[in-house]
Amino acid sequence: MENRLSAYERVCLAREKDRPGIMDYIDFLFDDFMELQGDRLGKEDSSILGGIAFFHGIPVTVLGHRKGKTTEENLKYHFGMPLPEGYRKALRLMQQAEKFKRPIFTFIDTPGAYPGMEAESHGQSIALAQCIAGMSRLETPIIAIITGEGSSGGALALGVADQIWMLENAVYSILSPEGFASILWKEPKRAAEASELMKLTAPQLLEYGLIDGILPEGPKLMQQMDKMLLNQLTRLQRVKGPVLVKKRYQKFRRIN
Amino acid sequence: MRIHSLFLQRRKKLEKLEEVRKNGEPKPRVLCPHCGQSAEKEEIRKNLKICPLCQYYFPLTPKERLRLLADEKSFREMRGRLTTKNPLDFPDYMEKIRQLQKKTGHQDAVVTGTMEMAGIPVAVGIMDSRFLMGSMGTTVGEKIAALAEYAALKGLPLIIFTASGGARMQEGMFALLQMAKTAAAIERFKERGGLYISCLTNPTTGGVSASFASLGDIMLAEPEALICFAGPRVIEQTIGEKLPEGFQRAQFLLEHGMLDMVVERKEMKKTLVTLLKLHGMGGQTG
Repeated sequence: MENRLSAYERVCLAREKDRPGIMDYIDFLFDDFMELQGDRLGKEDSSILGGIAFFHGIPVTVLGHRKGKTTEENLKYHFGMPLPEGYRKALRLMQQAEKFKRPIFTFIDTPGAYPGMEAESHGQSIALAQCIAGMSRLETPIIAIITGEGSSGGALALGVADQIWMLENAVYSILSPEGFASILWKEPKRAAEASELMKLTAPQLLEYGLIDGILPEGPKLMQQMDKMLLNQLTRLQRVKGPVLVKKRYQKFRRIN
Repeated sequence: MRIHSLFLQRRKKLEKLEEVRKNGEPKPRVLCPHCGQSAEKEEIRKNLKICPLCQYYFPLTPKERLRLLADEKSFREMRGRLTTKNPLDFPDYMEKIRQLQKKTGHQDAVVTGTMEMAGIPVAVGIMDSRFLMGSMGTTVGEKIAALAEYAALKGLPLIIFTASGGARMQEGMFALLQMAKTAAAIERFKERGGLYISCLTNPTTGGVSASFASLGDIMLAEPEALICFAGPRVIEQTIGEKLPEGFQRAQFLLEHGMLDMVVERKEMKKTLVTLLKLHGMGGQTG
């Protein structure tokens, strides 16, 4: 493990363009992925990708932030910053998963929910709040992995899970370090300094007990991710729905 | 010239004294941040802390809010002594907290408890924007979650007045995760049949807006309250969009279907009591 990296170096790694994206994980981990689209209220927001697939023969619902690899894709997925419609689709697909007793896997990688006029007029706050609240009550196993940058409510809205894991160099934070520096010091350029104070790296969050485990980044990342998901899923599938919800409630309730 | 101005000063002082002798002490005045005019403090106070000239809503402290809402001497505070910790060892954070505790008289940015309104018992939470912009850290999260749990246990309706800049920076991920904690507690309360009325006051933004504040069975707001996820400054900085007048204000949200009602301060208690009665509390008719 390269644990000598500074917090800001990890922030930069977490944002690297060539870092695997949700499609890479789907290709490796699942079979027969079928994308399901739309919020059923007026829009499809592709910056959240959702669908159903087989995981070791078990049908599961897969959701995650989608970033582009080209300029065109970046514009289409607005750099991985979802609109309210994206979160409404996510909640719809998660409730559908519960209905059909499918476990849910989420892949988190976003600079945050989209901050813009359209998103605000369409109720970004309400979409996020409903997604977070809805997720907390689902009687089906949920495993979340923060794969890149997990910033603010836009990341958390896919993160109310029974098991929360992070990639070794992923970051999970209240806000982007630039936003943090801008709010506290009115100087977004002090992002590196902010990163140190924010305690946003995987080892720090594991030490605080805010996440459940870390996946080392190396040539065997995908295999290790597959193994972790299978182990955790097998364990969670033995727990009855209402007990899962109760335990998930306590998991967040005790964060003081 | 200097001697002349000295005399002038002296004369002004004397004139002032003369005035005081005639009219009593000059009444303290307050500058309205909205219209820039000043009005007598007493007049503003009597007007429910609304500027008599431009109708700007000055923020209310929890104590002032309770005076408008609660039946006399009916408020009982809960968890009033819960003190704030510094989970990230953030520099200078505890000093700031201690100063604000002194200034406001409470431990953190929310006061919770029970009260009666027209004899109807309710669980109530009131945020204080003076306390680090009413931001939510672990203490606010804990008090909101505990309040929702208590309301569920006792079968009380739940009313929360929000005023917050969002999750508290100095508590990092601990603060962000309070969004999940409070939203989950509220959702569980609602699932068990509880009535939750969310009253949004200026400002309700960020992580508070995107969690418990937006989950009301009924959503009310004070006029002109700024309600949003991303504030105007963030939008302008990130996206470069210039925002039109009135954007993200209560009336705008009402027009976009995000609120049930915009309620004037003087009508708030009456509105809440009627809503409680319409949900079968405190007898059937108004």
